[in-house]
Amino acid sequence: MWQRILALVHKEFLALLKDPKSRMVLIVPPLIQLLVFGYAATFDLKEVPYAVYNEDRGAASRDLLAAFHGAPSFSQVAELHSEGEIAPLVDARNALVVLHIGPRFSADLLAGNPAPLQVIIDGRNSNTAMISLNYVRSVVDSFNNDWIAARGLQGPPARLEMRAWFNPNLDSRWYFIPGIIGMLTLVVTMLVTALTVAREREQGTFDQLLVTPLRLGEILIGKTVPGFVIGIVQATLILLVATLWFKVPLLGSLPAFYVGLALFLLSGVGAGLLISSLAATQQQGLLGAFLFMVPAVILSGFATPIANMPQAVQTLTLIDPLRYFLIILRKVFLEGAGFDVLYNQLWPMAVIGAVTLMLAGWLFRHRMY
Amino acid sequence: MTEDAILVAEALTKSFRVADRVTTALTGVSLSIRPGVVTGLIGPDGAGKTTFMRLAAGLLVPDAGRITVLGLHATRDALAVQAMLGYMPQRFGLYEDLTVQENLDLYADLQGVPRGEREARYAELMHMTGLAPFTRRLAGRLSGGMKQKLGLACTLIRAPRLLLLDEPTVGVDPVSRRELWAIIDRLVRSEGMSVLLSTAYLDEAERCAEVILLHEGKVLDHGPPSAMSERMMGRTWAVSMAGKRNRDLQADLDGQHDVVDALVQGDHVRLVTAGRALPESVTRQAGIAAREVAPRFEDGFIDLLRRRQGGTAHVAAMDGAAVPEGKSTDGVVIRVSGLRRRFGEFWAVDGVDFEIRRGEIFGLLGANGAGKTTTFRMLCGLLPASAGHLEVAGLDLRHAASAARARIGYMSQKFSLYGNLSVTQNLDFFASAYGLSGSLRKQRIDWAVTEFELAAFADQLSAELPLGYKQRLAMACALMHSPEILFLDEPTSGVDPLARREFWQRINALARQGVTVLVTTHFMEEAEYCDRLAIMALGRILAMDEPTVIKALARTAANPEPSMEDAFIHLVEDTAVAEAA
Amino acid sequence: MTGERGGSVMRLRGLVRKEFLQIVRDPSSIAIAFLMPIFLLVLFGYGVSLDADHVPLAVVAEAPSQDSADFTASLQGSHYFKPRILASMSEAELALREGEVDGIIRLRPDFSRRMRQADGAPIQVVVDGVDANTARLVMGYVEGAWGSWLAAKAAGNGQSLTTPVDLQPRIWFNSELRSRNYLVPGLVAIIMTLIGALLTALVMAREWERGTMEALMVTPVSMTEVLLGKLFAYFVLGTGGMLLTVGLSVWLFEVPLRGSFWVLWACSSLFLLAALGMGLTISTLARSQFVAGQVAIIATFLPAFLLSGFIFDIGSMPAPVQVVTHLIVARYFVTIVQTLFLAGDVWPVILPNAAALAVMAAIFLTITWRKSRKRLD
Repeated sequence: MWQRILALVHKEFLALLKDPKSRMVLIVPPLIQLLVFGYAATFDLKEVPYAVYNEDRGAASRDLLAAFHGAPSFSQVAELHSEGEIAPLVDARNALVVLHIGPRFSADLLAGNPAPLQVIIDGRNSNTAMISLNYVRSVVDSFNNDWIAARGLQGPPARLEMRAWFNPNLDSRWYFIPGIIGMLTLVVTMLVTALTVAREREQGTFDQLLVTPLRLGEILIGKTVPGFVIGIVQATLILLVATLWFKVPLLGSLPAFYVGLALFLLSGVGAGLLISSLAATQQQGLLGAFLFMVPAVILSGFATPIANMPQAVQTLTLIDPLRYFLIILRKVFLEGAGFDVLYNQLWPMAVIGAVTLMLAGWLFRHRMY
Repeated sequence: MTEDAILVAEALTKSFRVADRVTTALTGVSLSIRPGVVTGLIGPDGAGKTTFMRLAAGLLVPDAGRITVLGLHATRDALAVQAMLGYMPQRFGLYEDLTVQENLDLYADLQGVPRGEREARYAELMHMTGLAPFTRRLAGRLSGGMKQKLGLACTLIRAPRLLLLDEPTVGVDPVSRRELWAIIDRLVRSEGMSVLLSTAYLDEAERCAEVILLHEGKVLDHGPPSAMSERMMGRTWAVSMAGKRNRDLQADLDGQHDVVDALVQGDHVRLVTAGRALPESVTRQAGIAAREVAPRFEDGFIDLLRRRQGGTAHVAAMDGAAVPEGKSTDGVVIRVSGLRRRFGEFWAVDGVDFEIRRGEIFGLLGANGAGKTTTFRMLCGLLPASAGHLEVAGLDLRHAASAARARIGYMSQKFSLYGNLSVTQNLDFFASAYGLSGSLRKQRIDWAVTEFELAAFADQLSAELPLGYKQRLAMACALMHSPEILFLDEPTSGVDPLARREFWQRINALARQGVTVLVTTHFMEEAEYCDRLAIMALGRILAMDEPTVIKALARTAANPEPSMEDAFIHLVEDTAVAEAA
Repeated sequence: MTGERGGSVMRLRGLVRKEFLQIVRDPSSIAIAFLMPIFLLVLFGYGVSLDADHVPLAVVAEAPSQDSADFTASLQGSHYFKPRILASMSEAELALREGEVDGIIRLRPDFSRRMRQADGAPIQVVVDGVDANTARLVMGYVEGAWGSWLAAKAAGNGQSLTTPVDLQPRIWFNSELRSRNYLVPGLVAIIMTLIGALLTALVMAREWERGTMEALMVTPVSMTEVLLGKLFAYFVLGTGGMLLTVGLSVWLFEVPLRGSFWVLWACSSLFLLAALGMGLTISTLARSQFVAGQVAIIATFLPAFLLSGFIFDIGSMPAPVQVVTHLIVARYFVTIVQTLFLAGDVWPVILPNAAALAVMAAIFLTITWRKSRKRLD
C-alpha cells in the first residue's frame, strides 16, 4: 500500500515540477508577491501632505505651524491665500489635510479664549482620514500642553498614558506580513489542486487510475501530499523572507506554527480538491477556485477585522480556514503564543480539512459526467 | 497535366519544434492535383496529412518549397486563397452551444453570402445532408456523423472551387460514412467541385479517383487506386485449414518467409504473398485450402510499407502473460444481464445481456451513441448501473475490493497516459499502481520495454511519442500486471495499418494464453478478428454471434458475400425502420 | 461585390451574434457577469468594514471610587465600547492575551487622590497592538471619550476646560467617516477586474482547444474581426455587470454618487476595455486553458486587492512599490470611482487616470491583436 501511494505521490510531483516553467509558476510569483505586497500592505501613514491657509499674523499661529512643520509625519505642499483655493486642492487629492487658521487666532489664544483651528480632511479614504486626524490631534495636544505648562495654567484632572502591547510602534506591516503568508499559501494550494482532477478527467487519465487497484483513500493521499509538501516549502521560504528581510519578530513556537500550517494546508488542499472533483471542466475549476479564494481572503480578517462584520457574516467566516490560520500566524509571530492558546484555532481547521477531503474522495468515484 | 492542376506543391518541407525536439512533418513533397475529381490523401497518423492540408489553406508557412492553389501562392495570398476554397479541419469548429441553423447563419455571414441567396442554399444543403428536421437542435446534441455533415454544410455554404476535407470520416459510424461519401460524390458530379480528402481508412481509397500515399512526410505513391491493387494481382489468397482456428492459423502464417500479410477475415485467413505463388512454407502444411482472391487497395499499401521497412511482420510472443485458471467453473468470466443505464430521461444502455468466456475475444460494435462506451464503463466499475446485474470475474468492480481490480487491464480510446511523464516514468508508475514490487516489478518493466520495443523512447515524454508508440505504451501499462481480463476501448483508432496488425497479433497471442479480451471498435474490419461480437444501437444489442454468422444476416441475392459493414448497416437500418413503425 | 466594408459589417454582425448566443447558452458566463457581482458585492459590502463598534474593553478600577465609576460610566455610555469591569490587572492581561478584549483601561488606587493634584491623574491605557490599525482606532476612541468626560466634568463644576487651541475637524466627502463609503466604490473596481478577466481569460484559449479557431481562420474573416466580435459582446455583458454593481452600491449600500453618472459610465467603459483586454491577452498568449487559468489566479485578484488603493493607500507605500502599482489597471479606476462617488466630477483627478486607462487598454488590445495572427504556427 505504501509503495502504491509513494508511486502516486512521485507521479504527482513529476507532473507538477518536471517542467521548469511550472516550477517557476509555483516559486517565483509568490516570492515576488510577498516582497511587493509586504511593502504595499500597510495602514501606516508615513507622510501627510497638508496645506496651510493662515489668516492670522500673530506669533502663536507661527509657533503652531512650526510644530506641524517639525513633525516627521507632516509635509507641507502648499500655502494658500484665499478660501477658494482650498476646494480644488483637496478635490484633486493634492493635499490630504488643510489647516485653516482664522484672523483672530493669536488674539484669542492670548486672551485665554479657545482659539479655533479648522482642519479640513479629505474623507474619501476614511481610514487615512481618521489616522491623519489623530496625527493632527496629537500635534495640537502637545502644543496645548506646552502652552499650559509655559503659562502655569490649570491642566486637566486626568491624562492618558497609552501603550500598545505586542507591537509598541504600531507598525502595521508586522500585522499584515504574517497574513500575507497565509494568503499566498492559500493561492499556491489552489494553483496546485483546483485544476488537477478536472484536468485528469478531461485527459482521461483519471479513469485509468480508477481501474487500477489503487483505493480511493490512496488516490486521495496521492493528490493531497504534493499540495501539502509544496505548501510547507513555500510557507517556509516566505517565513524566512518575512523574518530575515522584513524583520518581523517571530516570538512564538515554531512547532505550533508548523502544526497550524499543516492543518491549514490540509483544509486548503481539501477545498481545492473538492472544487476540482466537482468541476467537470477546467473552466469550472477555475471559477470555483475564485469563488472560494476571493471570499476566503476578504472574510478572513486579513485587512478588515472580523469583529467589524455583521453577525451573519461573522458566522459565515467560521467555515473559512484562512480565518483560523491568520489568528495562529499573528499570535505565533507577534504574541509568542504556544499550543495552549491556539487549540481553539486548530481543531476547526482539522474538521474542515477532514470534511472536504472525504467529500472530494467520495466524489472521485461518484461524480457523474 | 500540371497546367490545369488545381493544386501544385513543389518540394514542400515543413518541420515543427516541440520543446527542444524538431519533428519533420513533410520533406520535399511535390505533387499536383487534378480538378473535378476526388483525390485521396492517404496515410497513417503522423504521415503529414493535416500539415499538408493546413499549408494548402494558407494556415502554415512552409520551411521550403511552395504551394500553389487555384493558381495563387497559398502562403503569400492566403486571404485570397481562403476566399476561394472550403476547408473542413479534422475537428470541425462547430459551436456546440449554437443550433444547426445558427451555425449555418454564422458561416454564411463570415463567408459573405448575400441574404437573398441564403434560403435556397440552406434548403439545398439541408436536403443534401438530411439535417432539415434538426435545424433547431444544438450542434452539441447531434451524433458524430451528423456533426460531420453539418461541418460539411457550413464549409459548402458558399460553393468553393476546391474542397479540402481533413479526415472527415474519423469517428463516424458506417451508415453516416456512406452518406458523407454520397454527398461528396454528388458535389463532384453535379457541381464539378474538386475535392482533396485525407483519410486513415484504407477502404475509402477505392472511392477516390486518385490517391496520394503519404508516409512519414514523403509521397510513397501517387495514382489511381486501381493501379495499386493491380500490382498485387495474383498475390492475394483466402486460406483456411480444417480443424484449426483461423486465429491460430493466422498466427502460424504471419511472419513466415515470403508472407507479406495475414489477416483473419470471417471464415478464412486472407494472405498476401511476396510472389505470385503461395510459398512452400504454406502449401507444405497438411489440410490447407487456398484460393486466389481479388486484391484490395490495402494489400498494395501494406506491401509498400513492408518493403520500405524491410523484412516481414514482427511476431509478438507475449510470453509471461499466461493466466491461471479462473475460479468460475463454467469458464464464464464476464456476465451481464438486464444492464441498464440512464442519463436524465435518456436510456444510454437499455437492457443488455451477454456472457464472455475465458480466453475469448469479444467485440462490441456500434455507432457513436449506441451505448457501447457506457456499457464498457459500467463493466470497468467507472459508472454505476441504473439497473441489472453485472459481474467481472465473479465480482461487481464498482464495489469490489481493490485486489479485484488487479485482475483487469484497461486501455481507453484516448490512450490516457500522463503526457508530461516519460515512457519509463509511466511504466514505473503503473507498475507501482498495480502493486508490483521487487524483482517481479523489474522483470515486468523489462518485459514491457523489450516486448513493445520501447527502449529507444525510454526518456521521451509520452505526449511527444508517435501515435503508434503511444498505443504500445498504453497497452504495456495495461498489461503490466498480467491481467486475466483486458478491456480495450477503441484501441486502434488513428494508428497506421502496420501498427494495427501488430496490435492484433498481440491480442491474439494473449487470447491463446487464456486472457479474456473485451474490445469496442468501429473499424468493421477489426470486428472480423473477434471470436464473437455484439452489434449495438440505441442502447440495445441488435445481434450477437460469430462474425461469419452476423455477416450472413445481410446476405441477399444481389450481395452474396456481404462485408461486415454491409451487415452492420443492414442491422442498424432494420432497427430504425422497426423503431419508426 | 458591395465592397469590402459591406462584407466586414456582415461578418462582424455574425460574430457578435454568435458570441451572444454562446453567452446565453452557457449559464456560467451569465453567472460570472451577473450573479458573481451581486454575491461578491453583498458579501463584501457587509463584510468589509474598518469601523469598529462595541470594542470589548477591560476596565480595572483598582480602588473603586466615585471618580472611577464616573469615568467608567462615560465609557459605558459610548457605543464605541463594550466595557467589562474586571477586578485585577492580571485578569485583564489574561483576557487581552486570549483576545477577549482589545484593550485595558486601568485606574490605579490613587486615581481619586491624584485627580486633585496639579499634574492630574494618569489613566493607563493598554491596547492590543497586533492589529495596529484597530489599536489606533481604539486609542482614538478612548481619547475622544476621555475628552468628553473632561468637558462634562468641567461643565458640571461650572468652569470651562482650558483648551488653548480648539481643534475643529471638518471631514469632507464622508463626514461620518463611514468606511463603507470608501470601500464599496473600490469594490466595484475589484469585482469588475475579476469579472472582466474571468470572462475573457478562457475564451480565446477555448476556441483554440475546441478547434473552432481553425475553422474560423479559413473563412475570409480577419483576426481583428474575431477580436472585435468578442470584445463587443463581452463589453456589453460587462457593462451590464457594471451597472448592477453601481446600482447596488447606490441603493443597497447608500453610498452617495456625487459625480455625474455619465462620467462614471464613460470611465467604466474605458476600464472595462482595459480589463477585457487583459483577459484576452492572457488567453491569447497562453492558448491552453490550464495555463491561462493559473495566470488568471496569480495576476488578477491579489494584485487588484492589495495594490490598487482599494484598501491600502498607495500614498503610504514605499516609492518602488508605488511604481509597481502603475501596472495595475484597477488602480486608476479605484481612484476615479472613489472620487466620482464621494467628491464629484473632479477633472484634475479623472482626466489623467482615464488617460492611463485608455493607454492600458490600448496596450493590452495591441498585444492581443499582434499575437493573434491568422496562422497556426
